[in-house]
Amino acid sequence: MTRKSERANRPALSLHVPEPDARPGDEADFSHIPIAAAGSAPRPDVAAAPADMRDLVYALVRVLDEEGKAVGPWDPKLDPDKLRRMLRDMMMVRVYDDRMYRAQRQGKTSFYMKSTGEEAVAVAAAHALDRDDMCFPTYRQQGLLVARDYPLHEMMCQVYSNRGDKLKGRQLPIMYSDRAHGFFSISGNLATQFPQAVGWAMASAIKGDSRIAAGWIGDGATAEGDFHNAVTFAGVYRAPVILNIVNNQWAISTFCGIAGAELTTFAARAVGYGIAGLRVDGNDALAVYAATRWAADRARANLGPTLIELFTYRVEGHSTSDDPTAYRPAGAGAKWPLGDPIERLRLHLVALGEWDDARHAALLDDLGKEVRAAQKEAEKLGTMGNDPGQAVASLFEDVFEEMPWHLKEQQAEAVAEAEAKRG
Amino acid sequence: MSVMNMIQAINSAHRVAMERDPDMIVMGEDIGYFGGVFRATEGLQKTFGTNRVFDTPIAEGGIMAVAIGMAAYGLRPIAEMQFADYIFPAFDQILSEAGRMRYRTAGEWPLPIVVRSPYGGGIFGGQTHSQSPEAFFAHMPGIKTVIPSNPYDAKGLLIAAIEDNDPVIFFEPKRIYNGPFDGYYERPVTPWAKHPAAEVPEGHYTVPLGKAAVAREGEDVTILAYGTMVHVALATAEAEGIDAEVIDLRTIVPVDIAAIEASVKKTGRCVIFHEATRTAGFGAELSALVQERCFYHLEAPVQRVTGFDTPYPHSLEWAYFPGPVRLGLALRKAMED
Repeated sequence: MTRKSERANRPALSLHVPEPDARPGDEADFSHIPIAAAGSAPRPDVAAAPADMRDLVYALVRVLDEEGKAVGPWDPKLDPDKLRRMLRDMMMVRVYDDRMYRAQRQGKTSFYMKSTGEEAVAVAAAHALDRDDMCFPTYRQQGLLVARDYPLHEMMCQVYSNRGDKLKGRQLPIMYSDRAHGFFSISGNLATQFPQAVGWAMASAIKGDSRIAAGWIGDGATAEGDFHNAVTFAGVYRAPVILNIVNNQWAISTFCGIAGAELTTFAARAVGYGIAGLRVDGNDALAVYAATRWAADRARANLGPTLIELFTYRVEGHSTSDDPTAYRPAGAGAKWPLGDPIERLRLHLVALGEWDDARHAALLDDLGKEVRAAQKEAEKLGTMGNDPGQAVASLFEDVFEEMPWHLKEQQAEAVAEAEAKRG
Repeated sequence: MSVMNMIQAINSAHRVAMERDPDMIVMGEDIGYFGGVFRATEGLQKTFGTNRVFDTPIAEGGIMAVAIGMAAYGLRPIAEMQFADYIFPAFDQILSEAGRMRYRTAGEWPLPIVVRSPYGGGIFGGQTHSQSPEAFFAHMPGIKTVIPSNPYDAKGLLIAAIEDNDPVIFFEPKRIYNGPFDGYYERPVTPWAKHPAAEVPEGHYTVPLGKAAVAREGEDVTILAYGTMVHVALATAEAEGIDAEVIDLRTIVPVDIAAIEASVKKTGRCVIFHEATRTAGFGAELSALVQERCFYHLEAPVQRVTGFDTPYPHSLEWAYFPGPVRLGLALRKAMED
């Protein structure tokens, strides 16, 4: 080892630990984030080579401008019914989230996670995908289920882990799974679903199918090795998959700089892997729709994967177990420069003359009634802790297709223990 | 019937299963054009095409994850992990994902995946090409772990594993790929051709998972073994002149508890024999099971004969390897007690 005296002419090394611009007590300030004007990003041909569209990983695909007009080459030119349906689904997600959040606070379940401010990410993508394309979500894409008409009642039973929970109370609330709706089981071990989505897409290609896969991952979880595995395999095998990074700026209390956001954009990671990449305004439902559709068309044409960064903001806490005022300025979400996705789509429909305040209020009222009715039905099957829920013996089912001897023995032990508790 | 070594039997299992099921695919590092570093997949790509047999990036976690995605789609993938020592980047995908998917989806997404991996020492592979990590997988809910000891079982168990609807870890003791190594490392290698279990049917058959085999009937002491150690146990029993009953477990999860109980209750003595490190090794589980179920039949303490709790060495391989001398001492002690 070199003695210190021999390198006295060199500066002492120092470690750079990224820090967010504002902490509690500071004024939330996003003025340092450059926001490209709506319509400014070019739209390459679906068959463009990744090398010819690298600028898009640093740009921001936006369609809706400040007045609610759809502008530029990415405008998907959707008909008003489709726009209203997307608005309805995003509003439903928010109403549902608020209701379930309150249910958690009322002690009806252990945990909940809202997607406030990120509703466009899942809802617009679901509308751009085909109904039988396969989704590998992470934990804030309940909008996929809502957009695919998965019954609210089923979602609530899962959140309550009650007798009606098709997952038999085995998963943390919001970790839905439904094969018929193309919604893969959510994992709490983050990033695992990203390469699984690639595997599903590879299988679809192996079988000469026409369905594609889409995966979602958070900005924080892109640091996992599974992110690298996913993009490597997707690129190598030209898998028909859309790899979405939901950059909502926060991983619990850790800002995106800890995942590398000070250095470059998340979309820019596509460049190193040689695949198509897009950086998209995640609060702009039309931009999300258009980018997803572009990537889907590309995947269906055997042109390979697209990495999409959805630039958005986690308006609420990470979960019901989190208080974001402990690490970031209160009310920061309201100052997010890309606005609120529901409000932006509403404004667009109003600007088109296809929507008004009265219809909006009536819809909101209807959605509230629908959610409350579903909740009433779901609660008839119990809420967590206020109901026997699943039979103890079911604890041992589905570990294997056939229960081996050691689980049968343990099942008998558990049942005996439950009987002993009852006295 | 053909005379096959373990590699040929494993290759044959792939062919038979792939011909029967068009949804079966095979992937792994170097397994495609080249046919695998141990040749287990030789010629498969030529027969079945690159769509069903292909090389992967060097990323075991990625291999396992895409296998899960493929199984979720409806395929039946076999993933080769080039050496069991390399399996650890896939640990999370095996433990947290593959092993729990049937459970966490209440049966909606079973994952019929086989992870094949050459394992164990005795080939001067040093610490990164010699390990026996079966206990990690035995500890995982929802994962079956299989370890064959001869060509007939290797083919039949592999086909059974492929046809099983749960994820199976299939460890192949690489020291016995080409012959039934009995632990006498200074002697010439015996090829499989002279062994009765090298007579392997060319077509389809299965050896059921979860069923042990009695490799040698005996009255005095039960040796619980699997993989390479079955052959070391057989040779040691002969050399020591001890009438040992050698149980080849073949599957460690679910383990064949009936076969273990029957044998230990008959002999009253039990020596557990594996190559993996001792502490919290699978032998600890076996020892507990025997104690719990056969206590009043035991005439001597249950012993474990294993690899040592050190990394697998290179130059001192034969000092580490649990061979006939180590087992012989334990058998004599069991008979004295």
